[in-house]
Amino acid sequence: MRHIISVILENEAGALSRVAGLFSARGFNIESLTVAATTDSTLSRMTIVSVGDDGIIEQIVKQLDKLIDVVKVVDLTATEHIERELLLAKISISSDTQADVEAKLDQFNAKIIDAAEEAYIVELAGKSQKIKDFLSAFNAEQIIEVSRTGVTGVCQKI
Amino acid sequence: MKLNGAQILVNSLKSEGVSHVFGYPGGAVLHIYDALNACEDIKHILVRHEQGATHGADGYARASGKCGVTLVTSGPGITNAVTGIATAHMDSIPMVIISGQVPSPLIGMDAFQEVDAVGITRSCVKHNFLIKDISEIAITVKKAFHIATTGRPGPVLIDIPKDITIAKMEVEEYPKTIEMRSYKSTIKASDHQIKKAVVMLANSKRPILYAGGGCIIGNASKELREFTHMTGFPITQTLMGLGAYPMTDNQSLGMLGMHGTYEANMAMHGSDCVVAIGSRFDDRITGNLEKFCPTAKFIHIDIDPSQISKNVVADIPIVGQTKQVLQALIDQMKDKKLADISNWWSQIEEWRKVDSLAYKKSPGVIKPQTVIEMLYEVTKGKAIVTSDVGQHQMWAAQYYLFDEPRQWINSGGLGTMGFGLPAAMGAKLAMPDRDVACVTGDGSIQMMLQELSTMLQYSTPVKIINLNNGYLGMVRQWQEFFYEKRYAMSYMEALPDFVKLAESYGHMGIRVEKEEDLKPALIEAFNQKERTVFLDIVTDPSENVFPMIPAGGGHSDMLLAGRDEMVSKDETDFNAV
Ligand SMILES: Cc1ncc(C[n+]2csc(CCOP(=O)(O)OP(=O)(O)O)c2C)c(N)n1
Ligand SMILES: [Mg+2]
Repeated sequence: MRHIISVILENEAGALSRVAGLFSARGFNIESLTVAATTDSTLSRMTIVSVGDDGIIEQIVKQLDKLIDVVKVVDLTATEHIERELLLAKISISSDTQADVEAKLDQFNAKIIDAAEEAYIVELAGKSQKIKDFLSAFNAEQIIEVSRTGVTGVCQKI
Repeated sequence: MKLNGAQILVNSLKSEGVSHVFGYPGGAVLHIYDALNACEDIKHILVRHEQGATHGADGYARASGKCGVTLVTSGPGITNAVTGIATAHMDSIPMVIISGQVPSPLIGMDAFQEVDAVGITRSCVKHNFLIKDISEIAITVKKAFHIATTGRPGPVLIDIPKDITIAKMEVEEYPKTIEMRSYKSTIKASDHQIKKAVVMLANSKRPILYAGGGCIIGNASKELREFTHMTGFPITQTLMGLGAYPMTDNQSLGMLGMHGTYEANMAMHGSDCVVAIGSRFDDRITGNLEKFCPTAKFIHIDIDPSQISKNVVADIPIVGQTKQVLQALIDQMKDKKLADISNWWSQIEEWRKVDSLAYKKSPGVIKPQTVIEMLYEVTKGKAIVTSDVGQHQMWAAQYYLFDEPRQWINSGGLGTMGFGLPAAMGAKLAMPDRDVACVTGDGSIQMMLQELSTMLQYSTPVKIINLNNGYLGMVRQWQEFFYEKRYAMSYMEALPDFVKLAESYGHMGIRVEKEEDLKPALIEAFNQKERTVFLDIVTDPSENVFPMIPAGGGHSDMLLAGRDEMVSKDETDFNAV
C-alpha cells in the first residue's frame, strides 16, 4: 500500500543524505520526497511517499526513528490527513487548441501563471490522482514539460 | 586560558575517562598528536594499520565494557579504518572514532588525502559528525560518547578538519550532561507487555530462552542467570551471546543456528514459546524462515525497536534494556505457578544423547576440536578467547565452554577475517591480568599480522592458537558440500614459516605437528606470562564443522559428523509433550 510518512528532523547538513542513504541501503522504495524548513529554523520537515506491505512500512518508520537526527516520524496514512502536490506544466497552445486547453484548465481549476504565444505555464495543486487526471486530459504532444513537487501533507488532528 | 582545538579535543577525551587511544598519525591529525603527546592520562597505542586500530579498540571495548577510542588521519587513514568500524557496528560495540580531515577551505576541492569520511562511513556507524567550528568540539565529543554508549551501542565518528585543531579559543567547562531532543537512550519497557509475557511463559509447555549479544552488551548476565534458574527453562545462546549464561550449566543447550548443537536447534524447532533476549533472528540463526520454529509463539526483548518483527513477527514485543526487562520478569514471575515442563526436558535429554559435537579422532593427525578442548583444559576455562573467522571460529565457539560474559570475543555480524589478533591485543590491554588467547586460522592470521609488531612494543602477551589446516577451511567446506569438491582458490599454498615469522617480530613461536606435543606446548605458552607465543598447530586439513544446517534448511535439517545422511527429524511427535 501507498504510505505518506512525515519526518521532522534536525536541520543539519547531511540529514537528507542519511534518510536517502537509509532507503537505498535497505532497498526501500521512494515514490517522492520533499523537504523544507519549518517555522522552527532548526528543524526540517520531510514528506516521503513509499509503497510497501505493512511489515516494510513498519521497518521504514522504525529505521527512520532510529536515525539520530530524526525527532519525530508519523505515518500520515494511518491518521486523518490532508495531502497535496503542486504541478507546474508547460502546455502548448495554438489557435486551434487554445479554447479547448482553457476549458480543461477551468475544469481542473488550474491557474495560468505565465502566458506566451505558443504555451501556457500552468499551476495546479491537488492530490496526486487529480494531477495525474489533469495530465492525462491532454495529448502527449501538448505537454511540453512537467515539474511536480511530490506529495506533502499534514495530519488533520490539531 | 586559550587552547587550540587539538588540546580541547584531548581534554574532552580525558573528561570522558578515556584511558587508551588506538591510532596512527598523519598530516591531518598532527596537532592532535602533539596535544596527545603532552597528555599523561591517555595512553596511545600505535598500531601498524588503521584496521588494527579499530579492531584493537573494539577488543578493548568488548572485554572491558568501556567505549573504545580510535584516532586516524584523513584519506587512507579513515578508509583503512572502515572495515573495523563496520565490524563494530554490526555487533553493536561502543566506539568513538576521530578522523582528521583536510582544512575546511579545502573540503570538496579533491585536496591531498581528502575523502568524504562522513559519507563513506554513514551506513556503518550509529552516527557521525563533521565539526565545523572550534566551539563545537567539546559538545560533539560529549554527544559522541553519549550516543556510542547508550541505547543500542555502536560506533560514532567525529571528522575534524585540520584548521579547527589549530584554531584557538577560550576554554569552557566540559559539559556534564547532554540532552538531545532527537535521541532518547532510555526506554522503559511497557508493564502491560511484561504482564502478557508472564502469562504466556507460565503456560508454556515447551519454552526455550534464546539469548544473544544484547545480554552481554546490556550487562544482563546476572539477571539472565537468575531468570533461567528460577523458571527452570532450557536456554540456548547465539554466537554473540556465548557466556551470558554458563555453557557448563545443565540448563544450557549450547549454541544454536547454522553450527549449533542438535539439542538447541531441535528445541527451537519444537518449542511452543521462544523468548528472544537481546537477539535479532539473524539468518545464521534462523536458517530457512519458512521452516523456523513452526509451533512457537515469540516473545522478543530488545532495546532497538527496529529489530522487533524485522525477520520474525513477535507475538509479544518488549522494547527495553535486557537487564531491566529480565529483572521485571523475575519480579513478576516469583510467585507464579509454572506449567510442568518435565516432559519437555525428557525430550531434550533424548536429543542431547545424539551427542552432536562428538567427533572421531584419527591417528597421526591433530583434530582441531581437540586443540580447543585442550586449550580449555590448560586455561581452566578462564581465558578470554578472541577469534578470527572460519572453521576455527566455530570450533572455538562449540568446544570452549564459556561461563562468563565478555570472555568470548568474535566478529559475529560482519564476519571479519583479521579481527582476532588486534582484538586480542585490545582485550589484553583492557584486562592485563587475564590470559588472552587468539584462536585463528592460517588464512585469517595473515590479514592483520603486522600487529605482532604493536604487541611487542606495548608488551601485550597473547597466545596465538593458529589452527593451521592449509586451507581457507570454511570456504573449502562449502565447496566440498555444495560445489562437488571443486576447491577453487581455497588452498593456501606458500604459507610462511609462522615460527620464524613470530620470532622475527620478537615473539616466541612453537610448531606442533603431533598430538602428544600439543598439551606441553600449550602449557609452555601459557607459562610464558610476559611473552606473546605463536602456536602454529598443524590440524586435519579435511575436517569439517558439524552440525551444519545447509543453506535453505530449517532447524531440524542438520548434517551431523560421521553420519552421512541428513538427520531430518521433522516428525512432530514432540508436539504431544
Ligand atoms: C575479510 C574477509 N574476507 C573473506 C571472508 C570469507 N571467508 C570466511 S571464512 C574464510 C576462510 C578462513 O580461513 P582460515 O582463516 O584459514 O580459517 P579456517 O576456516 O581454515 O579455520 C573466508 C575466506 C571473510 N570472512 N572475511
Ligand atoms: Mg585455514
